[in-house]
Amino acid sequence: MAAMTIELQPGFADKVLSAQSTFRTVMEAMARPGQAMPVLDVVDGPSSMMAGVAALALTLLDQDTPVWLDHAFASAPDVGAWLKFHTGAPIVARPDAATFALIAKPASLPDLASFALGTPEYPDRSTTLIMQVSSLTAGQTFHLRGPGIDGTTALTATIEPCDLFARLSINEALFPRGVDMILVDGRSLVAIPRTTRLASSGV
Amino acid sequence: MNAPTYNFAYLDEQTKRMIRRAILKAIAIPGYQVPFASREMPMPYGWGTGGVQVTAAILGPKDVLKVIDQGSDDTTNAISIRKFFAKTAGVETTTSTDAATVIQTRHRIPEAPLRAGQVLVYQVPIPEPLRFLEPRETETRRMHALAEYGLMHVKLYEDIARFGHIATSYAYPVKVNARYVMDPSPTPKFDNPKMDNCPALQLFGAGREKRIYAIPPYTPVVSLDFEDHPFTRYKFDAPCALCGAEESYLDEIVTDDKGSRMFVCSDTDYCEGRQAAGHRGVESAAPHKEAANG
Repeated sequence: MAAMTIELQPGFADKVLSAQSTFRTVMEAMARPGQAMPVLDVVDGPSSMMAGVAALALTLLDQDTPVWLDHAFASAPDVGAWLKFHTGAPIVARPDAATFALIAKPASLPDLASFALGTPEYPDRSTTLIMQVSSLTAGQTFHLRGPGIDGTTALTATIEPCDLFARLSINEALFPRGVDMILVDGRSLVAIPRTTRLASSGV
Repeated sequence: MNAPTYNFAYLDEQTKRMIRRAILKAIAIPGYQVPFASREMPMPYGWGTGGVQVTAAILGPKDVLKVIDQGSDDTTNAISIRKFFAKTAGVETTTSTDAATVIQTRHRIPEAPLRAGQVLVYQVPIPEPLRFLEPRETETRRMHALAEYGLMHVKLYEDIARFGHIATSYAYPVKVNARYVMDPSPTPKFDNPKMDNCPALQLFGAGREKRIYAIPPYTPVVSLDFEDHPFTRYKFDAPCALCGAEESYLDEIVTDDKGSRMFVCSDTDYCEGRQAAGHRGVESAAPHKEAANG
């Protein structure tokens, strides 16, 4: 095999405080589904990886978290090497073995039931999906309700696949099992935990 | 050479990541107890090791930390935890509920309403509400999985059969988001309604039992009861002797060995705030003066 040298992109400048501030962003996002939250300390990760996804990976992944990459991330030359070097997370081929799934092109998102959904006794043993989306400011408006939301909240976003919320209905059918999702556009995050339901959607 | 220092907020980064992942799952599944690899902390179990680990995992340099023990900012436990984070994280500490961004609590919820953006961290001794009814973890796990909570209602019913009312006065079980029955930690049941639809995020850490659970903001939290025996709050039927508050939770203070007692707010910040605003109770003292020597 021809040796190919890849110049790896750096990680956080301050591992401790950048991970803390990114965690608080994602914790607030998970506690207030549908609301966009900004990641404050961004890094220049691999070229195909949005800044928010890179910051989340450095904050949440380590040797204890098997990670699954979609085809676009898996075939990018620098993503696997960057993740391994900075986080040590094992990259797995089976989505149902993954604690986290990083998805660059959600248009080809596999069936959500192929990810780990947890068990009735341990519903936390499920995959958290981190997905790059086209926009979290423009597009279709989704009205969401559920824990963390005072009444309903409006999320305006361009998400592929466009039937994402229809697919997420497995969360309602299977609760407390299910998948939790973090949508990323650049450095902005929106979390859709498994308790969030679509109240209505319109343009 | 530099003197050795603690990592920010004491815990190592891998431990923080593990706790942070557990917190995210706990928020995603309200009321469900997420197992986590609890660490030994430089304080004994029962002194808030679970709450301290949750606080250490979320705390940042811009946070303002308040710690209360039974409502008081001034007890040994509260002071030592505040000092612990002032030393290891260098964060600002406060006794004001309003000024705090993170409040770690043992057995009370502050009287002042919490707001969005604040995080309330509870220290929890026994996270499993069914533990005294069913000692086997395998069985309580299955009961939660099946939402089989009949046993808890039997327990409350036995209270009624024996005492004529539901005599459980603290750690009163609640149902979170109409799914999981949860132990609110040994807070008085007076505080239970404050958990319902609360704008702040509530996190629970049990160090010895290695569990983290959460109530996201604006989540329905219902105290278990019966139609003919509805949930009631309970407090001593007296105003606070220092600030005259009628609506706060009171501690009974024995003042001598002849049976004299006074009732004062358990939330010291709330009581001091009211006194500073001019409210007076029947035993409000004149400003304290040192007695002359000799």
